[in-house]
Amino acid sequence: MDAFRELILLLAATIRVATPLVLAALAGLFSERSGLIDLGLEGKMLAAAFASAAVSAVTGSAWLGLGAGIATATALALVIAFACVTHRGNQVVAAMAINIIVAGLGPALALAWFDQGGQTPQLEGPGQRFLGIAWPGTQLARRHPFPGLVYAELLSGHNLIVYLAAALVPASAWVLYRTRFGLRLRAVGENPLAVDTAGISVNALRYQASLISGVLCGVAGTYLSTAASAGFVRDMTAGKGYLALAALIFGKWRPYPTLFACLLFAFADAGAARLQGVALPVVGVIPVQFIIALPYILTILLLAGFVGEAVAPKAIGVPYSKEK
Amino acid sequence: MKAPARLPRWAEFGLLPLVNLCAALLISGAIIRLIGESPWEAFRLMVTGAFGAQDSIGYTLFYATDFVFTGLAVAVAFHAGLFNIGGEGQAYIGGLGAGLVCLAFGSWSPWIVVPLGIAAGCLFGAAWALVPAWLQARRGSHIVITTIMSNFIASALMTYLLVNVLIKPGQQSPETREFGPGAVMPAVDVVLGKFGITFAPSPFNLASLLALAACLAVWVFIWRTRWGYALRVVGQNPRAAVYAGISPERTIIVAMLISGGLAGCLGVNELMGSQHRILLDFPGGAGFVGIAVALMGRNHPLGILAAALLFGALYQGGSELSFDMPHVNRDMVVLIQGLVILFCGALENVFRAPLASLLGAARKAPLT
Repeated sequence: MDAFRELILLLAATIRVATPLVLAALAGLFSERSGLIDLGLEGKMLAAAFASAAVSAVTGSAWLGLGAGIATATALALVIAFACVTHRGNQVVAAMAINIIVAGLGPALALAWFDQGGQTPQLEGPGQRFLGIAWPGTQLARRHPFPGLVYAELLSGHNLIVYLAAALVPASAWVLYRTRFGLRLRAVGENPLAVDTAGISVNALRYQASLISGVLCGVAGTYLSTAASAGFVRDMTAGKGYLALAALIFGKWRPYPTLFACLLFAFADAGAARLQGVALPVVGVIPVQFIIALPYILTILLLAGFVGEAVAPKAIGVPYSKEK
Repeated sequence: MKAPARLPRWAEFGLLPLVNLCAALLISGAIIRLIGESPWEAFRLMVTGAFGAQDSIGYTLFYATDFVFTGLAVAVAFHAGLFNIGGEGQAYIGGLGAGLVCLAFGSWSPWIVVPLGIAAGCLFGAAWALVPAWLQARRGSHIVITTIMSNFIASALMTYLLVNVLIKPGQQSPETREFGPGAVMPAVDVVLGKFGITFAPSPFNLASLLALAACLAVWVFIWRTRWGYALRVVGQNPRAAVYAGISPERTIIVAMLISGGLAGCLGVNELMGSQHRILLDFPGGAGFVGIAVALMGRNHPLGILAAALLFGALYQGGSELSFDMPHVNRDMVVLIQGLVILFCGALENVFRAPLASLLGAARKAPLT
């Protein structure tokens, strides 16, 4: 029974770790499918994490924080789109610029406004965070651990953003594969000239994709600072944006495989914390650092063609110009 | 392809980066004003912090040395049409190589250990760049993605090695023992002292000469050798390169090996020149500064030298700034660095066209 309990808790932790990855990977899904390399996930998330924590700390409302997070990440997405779509700048350079700007600006503003060494104040007041929602009957369910724990720990008790992220995966799949917008979006990432010839604006589609990416990154960042933890700290995304991008590549730019990749990476991460110093049969003690590096190693192996094949949208990273 | 407006050389290499820098500084100034401090005062404090005393000049040049290496690393890859974001990881692993040599042979004569350490730094850095290079050349995997991934892998590997393997027994912080006396890159103040010139002590060391040599070598390589020519052709037009009998695959691998080797030299400056041990996260983001330096320096060694000096001054001045302005610290320098990348890299076309028409250069520009 204890092993079962451990497993359920591990899976619950996996869900919590996976949530920002799923949101950021979906953000990347939209922009990359439209032909934009979205290395800026990291920066947009970090900016949203700061903005939401700062606004929530000042106003006392997590919802206003969420609004600020989304607004900030979207604004940055627009800056990148302005540079890369309107001015056909290098997408990788623009995204790296945004990531570095945010890495400096967040702590700089936090230091100036809150005077706590580059952090925002702890969010302790009521309504300042998105807290877990206990479903009805969890107490009752706990009494019968076997099916009960699944309900009490795995389904119930997460915060709103976790459920939102879960709902957004089928929603994104529907938008991408079942709507006219989705069809155009996928087309513009493969062959922008064809879309242009059909009389549809390539730039408008790419701006729309950037906006969606900004909104989703905003939610992901808000989750980090006002749901998963209680406030913004320096570099709190810690590479999650790049990890989400790895998951997106691992999922071959498709919604459900990407979700699976996020869960896999999150499982490894949640497991690493529990496996610290524990000797496993056959392999012995696995270094935590190896598990941390595992998603990146797997992605490189995938890109190398050793585990399946990942084919990116054909027009990714190529600025579109009518005059060509 | 896109046809950006042509600028005369002096504007391309002088005026345009300057305009971009001014835009970045202007925004930073506005943010400092927003925070409630005076931008002019901050600027003045930074300049005195970077150049006001002998030791601060030493620190500025020490940081600049780091950035020359990482800037050149980015530039060499750029000339081959590759964006190497992995400078940070290559520098980290390069430092491991240099450090291992220093730990093993630290008691030997510096005349042997120092060159050996430099070679090991280059070799390890190049080796770390080899995997992304090979994947790009043979499998077409996007080098940006693979170099980012290899940064994280390098970081995890180094944490593991320092925490579990290389740590000096009986101490808490994950650092190796100190290198032996032979493995020290002499500090400039010590060398000057031997000639009877007094200079305040600082980490500024002879690795800076290596950086200057690297600048010269990169210039000769890119513009005066057959290999460099091949590299530029591949960067401009891989298909034309194939018709000219140049193998893009081999060229990509060579460019990335040189790039990784240059980044690996950072370990020589940081570890052999200053820290004298291997410690966690010693590159400290210098690999990413290299991107800003290369973009601003227009991928030319002279430009990189100037841009590295600028960023060295920003880093040193930025850390001095926090003593006098408690609300402004080095994060502001990271911000400026990001803004420089944005304006010099991603938004370069925004200023280029108005500048070109302003200079009236557009009318005599030949079609490309």
